[in-house]
Formats: sequence, C-alpha cells, structure tokens
Amino acid sequence: MYIKQLSVFVENKDGRLAEITTIIANAGIDIRALSIADTTDFGILRLVVDKPYDAEKVLKDAGLTVSLTDVIAVGIPDRPGGFAETITAVADKEVGVEYMYAFISREHDRAYLIMRVADNEKAISALEAHGCDILDGESVYSI
Amino acid sequence: MGILKPEVECASRSEMKALQTERLKKMVKNAYDNVPFYKQKLDEAGVSPDDIKSIDDIVKLPFTLKTDLRDNYPYGLFAVPNSELVRVHASSGTTGKQTVVGYTKNDIDVWAESAARAIVATGGSKDDIVHVSYGYGLFTGGLGLHYGAEWLGATAIPVSTGNTARQLQIFQDFGSTVLCCTPSYALYLGEYRRDNNIPLENLKLRAGIFGAEPWTDEMRKQIEELLGIEAYDIYGLSEIAGPGVSFDCECHNGMHVNEDYFYPEVIDPETLEVLPDGEVGELVFTCIGKEALPLIRYRTRDLCSLTHEKCACGRTTVRMSKPVGRSDDMLIIRGVNVFPSQIEHVLLSQGMQPNYIITVDRVNNLDTLTVDVEMSAETFSDTVKDLETARKKLEGAMQSTLNVHASIRFVEYGSLPRSEGKAKRVIDKRKIK
Repeated sequence: MYIKQLSVFVENKDGRLAEITTIIANAGIDIRALSIADTTDFGILRLVVDKPYDAEKVLKDAGLTVSLTDVIAVGIPDRPGGFAETITAVADKEVGVEYMYAFISREHDRAYLIMRVADNEKAISALEAHGCDILDGESVYSI
Repeated sequence: MGILKPEVECASRSEMKALQTERLKKMVKNAYDNVPFYKQKLDEAGVSPDDIKSIDDIVKLPFTLKTDLRDNYPYGLFAVPNSELVRVHASSGTTGKQTVVGYTKNDIDVWAESAARAIVATGGSKDDIVHVSYGYGLFTGGLGLHYGAEWLGATAIPVSTGNTARQLQIFQDFGSTVLCCTPSYALYLGEYRRDNNIPLENLKLRAGIFGAEPWTDEMRKQIEELLGIEAYDIYGLSEIAGPGVSFDCECHNGMHVNEDYFYPEVIDPETLEVLPDGEVGELVFTCIGKEALPLIRYRTRDLCSLTHEKCACGRTTVRMSKPVGRSDDMLIIRGVNVFPSQIEHVLLSQGMQPNYIITVDRVNNLDTLTVDVEMSAETFSDTVKDLETARKKLEGAMQSTLNVHASIRFVEYGSLPRSEGKAKRVIDKRKIK
C-alpha cells in the first residue's frame, strides 16, 4: 500500500539541483513527482520516480546521501474541495502529516497526493473509510 | 600612575635575579620532592635540584607541555595534598579532558596580588569599584580579577557575563569605575550604550582591563570612545595562574610580566633554544612563586617577544608583546580556548564523521564559531524536523564540551577534505592581527 519515495540531501548551492537531477536523467529515470523542503543551509529533495531502486543506486554511487521512505499515494477527485475533504478525513483521525505534495494526472478530473504521515496504518484506514483510492507502487511508478 | 610593589616592579636586574634564583631553587625542589612526574623528568634529564644555583640555570630544566597535564589528569602534577588546596580551576584540554589547575592559599594570594598590580597600573586604588564581567566559574577570568580587586581593597562587583542591559544599569547605579571583561564584550557593551542613548556622563567608568582574547589597537580606540575610558591589556593562562601574569601600564608598550612569580622565556618552537629580546618565539613560563602546581618551563604555545628595556612608567620588569599567534591550532572564541581536536572528539562521540570545517568569524564584534559537518546516511532523514533535532543535539554536545556555542551546518557527504594528511580544517576570518 505504500510507495517508495527518494529523499536526497542537497546543500544550498547554485546549480546543485541541476547536477543531481541530471544524474537521474542520465540513468534514464523518469520523475513522477517531486518537492523540495528548504532550510537556510540545506534542502531535502523528495522524488517519486519510475525506478526508485535504480535511482537510489545511481545517486548513492554519485556520493549523495539518499534514503528511501514509505509514503502514501492517494488518488483524489480534481475538483474544488477534493483535497480539503481528504485531508479533513485524515485530520479527524488525528493523524499528523509530516509533509505532503500533490500533482494532477493526465487523466481528466483526477489528482494525486503524496503523503508522509506519523502513522501510516492509521492514515490508510482513515483514507479508505473516506473512500479514497490508495495507490500501490506499480500504478504510481507507471503513471 | 601607581605602582603597587615598586621594590619588585622597579627592582634592578641583579635584585630581580637574586629573588628569582631563590624562588626557582625552592620551587624546583618542591616539584622534585613532591611530584613524581617531575622527579622522573629531572632524573631522565640528568638534572638534580642542587644543580640549580642561579636563575640562569633554568635552561638545564626540561619543558612541560599541556599534554603532560592531560596525562596526569586531574591532580597528578599537584605538589601538595588536598588539604593544602583551596581552589581548582579548569580550562579546555585538547580532547575531552579538561586541564585542571590547583592553588594553595598562598597561590591565590600570589595570583590576586598579580591581578591587583594590573589594577593599580590603571591608576587604581581601594577607592575603585571594579565591575567584573568575565565569566565566573572554572574559567579563571572572573575570580582572577575579583580577587585582585579585593586584594587591593577595592570593591568588586561580580556581575559575570551576559545580560547586557543589566550591565549598563549596574554601571549607572553602582558607579563602576573599572571594567574587566573580554575586549569584544567591552565593545559590545559600548555599542549597546550608544545604541540605547545612555549618555557617557551617566557612567563613572575610567578604565578597562581587557584580555583573554586577541584584540587590535583599532578595537582599543573604539572601546575607549564608546565607554569613555582608557583601555588596558592583561594576559594570563590558568596553567600559570590566570589573568595577571602580565599587564599593560599607561605607556601601552608591551605587558609587564610579574616575573618575580612567573619567569618568562621565549624559545624557538622547533629548536627549543632560548631566543634573545625582540625575537618572536614561543612563550614559556616557570611558576617560581607557586606551590600547588609548580610548572617548570611550561610551553604556552603563545607566540610573542620579550624586552628587558626599562619602561617609561618606571617599571623594570620584562615586557612581553601582545601574542601574535599560536604555535598550535588553539582558537580563542569569546575568550574561551577551543581546540579543533575537541570538536572532532564531539563529532565522533555523536556518531558523526570526523570530516569538518571550522569557520571562525567576528559578527557585530562577537566571535562566531560554525562547524560544517558532513551529512551521513545514519543521520539523514526525509523530514526537516529530524534533521533539526540532530543539529540541535550536536550543538548541545558542542556547547557542553567547548563551553561556547558552535553553530552546526550540515553539508553534503564527501564535500569536505578527508582526515588523511594535513587537511586545512580551520578558517579564521577575524581580522585581529
């Protein structure tokens, strides 16, 4: 029920993001979704890609600090209130969201959320009870 | 200006040598008889206390290093039993262990008198109100000047560091006349006064005694203007006593060494040969006036030169130049001694890689210490919260070992020089030389 997200430690230096994503590009890996958490000194680049294990290897080989994290991918309706209703369902069960990001799909009226929560099981049961579509790895990687 | 003890401070060279000879003989015997380390060291060097017939024979004696204090931690080099000790202080060691120093009642008196001479050299007397803003505690700064003021019969105000608004309030309400602190803090206090529009007329300060860190003539002028005082330099290190080992007079032309208690030499740090007056080398002290910790030819690692020329102030005591650097890698951050090896030690104890860069700077006249540390797979997390927690934990460990704040900055793995060879790990951006 979880998908693998890559997290990469990135120093705040001009051009660093370009260098790192070029490594992935050269390995023929396709990025599905990404977000960056930034602080004064560093950032954490979070990526969902089509081949997470291959991406982990090429980035590690390039000397980068990388980790693979289980996150939840949720399909939601792309309409006003689609996100608010989903996140309310999670909040009602008192599941804390560490971070999240969203993207819309090529399919009409469908969007996806990538969520990193404090308690995966509790979050999934809340989302399922709300009727959300929880995606597995294969379906996300091949979006 | 005043001279506290003219019979010593203005003695002829032959009188001074006679006094030093008498004290050296006594202290070498004390060290030999009561400190097994020194007995062994002198025996190995083939020197007996009886071979010391004059102060000039000091060159026959072996040197003592900071590592000797560490190897005999905590009390191994003390020449007196616990019952004779009245105080201990400690300063940074090169690794996890502190350098511990001890004092008998007499040693405290020697030290206090030395600090009192520095206060008198500023024109001080028992009428002064001495505001001590050095840190109190294991650091010798606070209690050193405090006891100096009391020895003189002046009034000591043990304000210690921090709380700048309160410091200014005390200046005004208590009528402080002499300020003792690090020069960078003095500058900070002066700027605070200016920025808060406290008129100089509200202050009774007339002099400041500043030491424990390097400072420039430019800083001296700024401090003097901002606080309406005359600024004096003071030098000391806990191994030898604390502040008051040497001090500035009104001529501001080198610091007078209290050489009747602390005998100075300047050596070439490579050949260990004693250098003549005027040549810069490593400063070495022998504690000829102390009982508890009779250090023989202790290598301070401070680089400076000496002069025996008589000073215009009337003193004949040897003067040392401001230290121009170090013969080791010790840093002085806000008056606190920090060794890069201590930082490495903390990193290793916290499970981090020993790859780091230390950057020292001076921002708004206060020293800053930043340590770049490589991110490791063990520490890395996908959440900012976890990384901030790891950073705070590391900063806490640094603070408790170094006694000074170090900002930790995580950098990418592999981006810093490796520990093999002579990696340059310290970048000092301060322009104080």
